Amino acid sequence: MNPAATDLQQWQCGSCHFTYDEAQGWPTEDIAPGTRWADVPHDWRCPDCSSSKDDFTEVAF
Amino acid sequence: MSAISAPAPEWSDKRWLWLLSPSIPAVFTLSLVAYAQTGYWWAMLFAPVFIHAVMPVLDLAFGEDFSNPTEAVVQELDQDVFYRVLVWAYVPFQIAGTAYGAWLAATHAMPWYAYAALVLSVGAFNGVGIGTAHELGHKKEALDRWLSKIALAPSLYGHFYVEHNRGHHKRVATPEDPASSRLGESFWAFLPRTVLGSLRSAWELEKERLHRQGKSAWSLGNDNLQAWSLSVVLYGVLLAWLGWGALPFLLLQSVYAASMLEVVNYIEHYGLLRAKNANGNYMRCEPEHSWNSNHIVGNIILYHLQRHSDHHAHPTRRYQALRHFAQAPQLPSGYAGMVTAAYCPPLWFALMDHRVAQHYGGDLTRANVQPAARARMFARWHQPRTTAAVAPKATA
Repeated sequence: MNPAATDLQQWQCGSCHFTYDEAQGWPTEDIAPGTRWADVPHDWRCPDCSSSKDDFTEVAF
Repeated sequence: MSAISAPAPEWSDKRWLWLLSPSIPAVFTLSLVAYAQTGYWWAMLFAPVFIHAVMPVLDLAFGEDFSNPTEAVVQELDQDVFYRVLVWAYVPFQIAGTAYGAWLAATHAMPWYAYAALVLSVGAFNGVGIGTAHELGHKKEALDRWLSKIALAPSLYGHFYVEHNRGHHKRVATPEDPASSRLGESFWAFLPRTVLGSLRSAWELEKERLHRQGKSAWSLGNDNLQAWSLSVVLYGVLLAWLGWGALPFLLLQSVYAASMLEVVNYIEHYGLLRAKNANGNYMRCEPEHSWNSNHIVGNIILYHLQRHSDHHAHPTRRYQALRHFAQAPQLPSGYAGMVTAAYCPPLWFALMDHRVAQHYGGDLTRANVQPAARARMFARWHQPRTTAAVAPKATA
């Protein structure tokens, strides 16, 4: 009854608009597909513009 | 772990000093009013003298502030609406001042040197206004983003809104970035490269984004077209009111305003280069990829822009909360002094080239070098120390 809790989300960089897709992860840096945003290391930064994690916001569908 | 310097002095809150920033367009406009009221044209020298002579002296007089807010204070500062209102306040003063300057230019006969002082005065607060637009354009809130576009309207530089966030922040400190200057490149060579390159980049970025959505680059959703249309509205209203006689003034002040932004761009990453990793991708932007300054006066007027490393690490972080990084390369002076040096290439090269070489341990293969000056720069500065393997060698 609560599908949103299991849905994978996307997170967008507030500076350059790079999107982290939880379904795809970021395998180039060993972040496996399906990795939740909360589980991405805190010091991970935007691969395009180097913004920190807290500069990302959840993409609303 | 954060890379900020731990032993920095205790955080000094400059809350009320930040009022200086929105007072720039107000005070500069008052110098124009002084001319209109008294007839003394030299009253309009206030802005250029302040920017190019008084500010460097004030930077020297007031010195540097290395203090950083704690993480708890950063949170408080970030949520304090006082700081947001100060940035918003710049924009109406800026637009009103532009209108007043255009009225003066169109209705008052004056000698060429008075006209030049008027152009430099209005261009100065519209140039600083691009700094205001920069602060606003990095924010997520719609109001801030719209005010950013309005602040860019007088300088005809609306595409900066697109290019800076998605172009410059992505390609910073690489040869591909039109807004990152190269070792051995004079400001006068950098200026046309960055103006044309940034314009081209902004258009391509929006074209690609809109094509991904199945839309034309000429659709209303194009942020470049939206921002430029605000210039058309502003200029249209002023020309309808004042006639075509105001147009040369508006265009000249816009050129000076844009050049002020670009001279600051020139300073921020001169000669600095991100190395490439094993995959051939550039490493992320680190504190070592931006020139910084902790001079108080320039930081107050330019929203802490001189704490540039933290800005590239946290682009949406509000200006009042930006921090000093101990490992970031430091400019010998604040931006105000460095701008004057940039206008005079021999002076700039004398001040900066050895600092770039020193930053890379004498190994210029790790620097961003102007291709045309490569042989000359290597002959003069390339003296790699065998123990200087601090960062991976660039493969570019």
